[in-house]
Amino acid sequence: MSSSSVLYDHPGPRARIRNAVLSVLFGVALLGLLYWIYTKFDQANQWELRLWEPFTRSTTWTQFILPGLWATLKAAGVGMVLSLAFGIIFAVGRLSDHRWISMPAGVVVEFFRAVPLLLMIFFVFYGVPFLIKGPVNAFWAVVIGLTLYNGSVLAEAFRAGIRSLPAGQSEAAYAIGMRKTQVMQLILIPQAARAMLPIIVSQLVVLLKDTALGYIVAYPELLQRGVNDLAANYGNIIAAAMVIAVLYIVINSLLTWLAGWLDRRSRVRGFRVPKQTAPANAPDSTPEGGATVSQPQG
Amino acid sequence: MHVFSDPKNFDAYVSSFLWILKLTGASAVCALLLGVLLAAMRVSPVPVLRGFGAAWVNIFRNTPLTLVIFFCYFGLYATLGLSLSQKLDINRYWLGVIGLSVYTAAFVCEAVRSGINTVPTGQAEAARAIGLSFAQTLRIVVLPQAARSVIAPLGSVLIALCKNATIVGTIGLMETSNVMKDLINSNGNAVIVIFLVFAGTFAAFLIPTGYLFGWLANRLAVKR
Repeated sequence: MSSSSVLYDHPGPRARIRNAVLSVLFGVALLGLLYWIYTKFDQANQWELRLWEPFTRSTTWTQFILPGLWATLKAAGVGMVLSLAFGIIFAVGRLSDHRWISMPAGVVVEFFRAVPLLLMIFFVFYGVPFLIKGPVNAFWAVVIGLTLYNGSVLAEAFRAGIRSLPAGQSEAAYAIGMRKTQVMQLILIPQAARAMLPIIVSQLVVLLKDTALGYIVAYPELLQRGVNDLAANYGNIIAAAMVIAVLYIVINSLLTWLAGWLDRRSRVRGFRVPKQTAPANAPDSTPEGGATVSQPQG
Repeated sequence: MHVFSDPKNFDAYVSSFLWILKLTGASAVCALLLGVLLAAMRVSPVPVLRGFGAAWVNIFRNTPLTLVIFFCYFGLYATLGLSLSQKLDINRYWLGVIGLSVYTAAFVCEAVRSGINTVPTGQAEAARAIGLSFAQTLRIVVLPQAARSVIAPLGSVLIALCKNATIVGTIGLMETSNVMKDLINSNGNAVIVIFLVFAGTFAAFLIPTGYLFGWLANRLAVKR
């Protein structure tokens, strides 16, 4: 069912009137709700100019928001590069023929996928200093946490991607005399990476959102600088939270759009790994553990 | 393991996971109902409803959960005075449930909508041909079939929700991450044990849950 319009007929005169009435009713209800929220905010004096005026000053942006945004993007960027490396290494490790490599790799990936990111960040930030007898930078606590979690998610995505390549690809490579490493490096990973590009970008959205956890360990990222510190100066926590939320939404929407564009482009050019066109009675091709690998969520 | 043989620490550990369980349970129910409703809106013939569903999904899917929870506490409670209980902890709990639910509903909506897309066109066409209305088509024909194909994605949404529940610690609820932090700070010599116990408990619950949903999805999938 590609378009949702198969769910209902092309509206005739009665349906058009009904839809119009429903539109108006729901629209009025929605406006009523918005107005109620507006008056609530108004009663709490949240629309006062002095709360919103700081956002027109350039110092607000140069002192709080832009440094925070930079810190967020830096953590997300470093985290993404490390996650990709982690993901590729553990995906290949888990596909290894040697059980003494594939077993530990599988355990590590499954473990870090199941542990909340916040626990890992807290362990690195509060726990590791006891072990190394020295403080851990909040930046690295966030980045290490992000890497372990998102790296494991990407490892599963890569593994699914490599396994979904047609068997003929590796068979042909072996037939012309390539070694296992060469097959992996030259044949499988390049094709899987291309097909996985949309998933990688949508994982980047998850990663970018998760940098907001840095707020909890006082890493000066967008939420910390733009909402917490800014509101400490101007007392405009709701206004600040809304402005920062809009910033996050714009950045992440752009990334989501990029992921969609890459997906469409790869489909057109035929880079995409062919979906397994299993016959009707074939066993389901979902890898064990269910389709839990590529679902981007924070 | 001497840290957890102290009954005070052990109780803190148990109650922290009970908070996670309660947060997950209440939010899962709310998010499921809200998410299915949003999905129905997104495929409905009424443009305003479609727009509302799309706006909800785009806003909450692209906002960090930390910010959503932060807003629930400092915005709804501290500034607008929305208080859900006299008890501080219970109030934080319900504010957390609100944040988790509205955030997770966006992901449930997208999962259900993609499930609706897996139902063959002929099903809806046949339903329309025998004169069913939109609501009937969706309720009687499409959603029951879609439900069987969204088990795996909904399972991973549930697992993510359970892990995300730790973020409610941001507003001071003594759930796992906060209790682990306190235990680490007061038992610097048993850091690794503490982490492994907390992380291991999550893994022990969530890894089998993942496999269970994978198995269920395989069993209940509509074979086409």
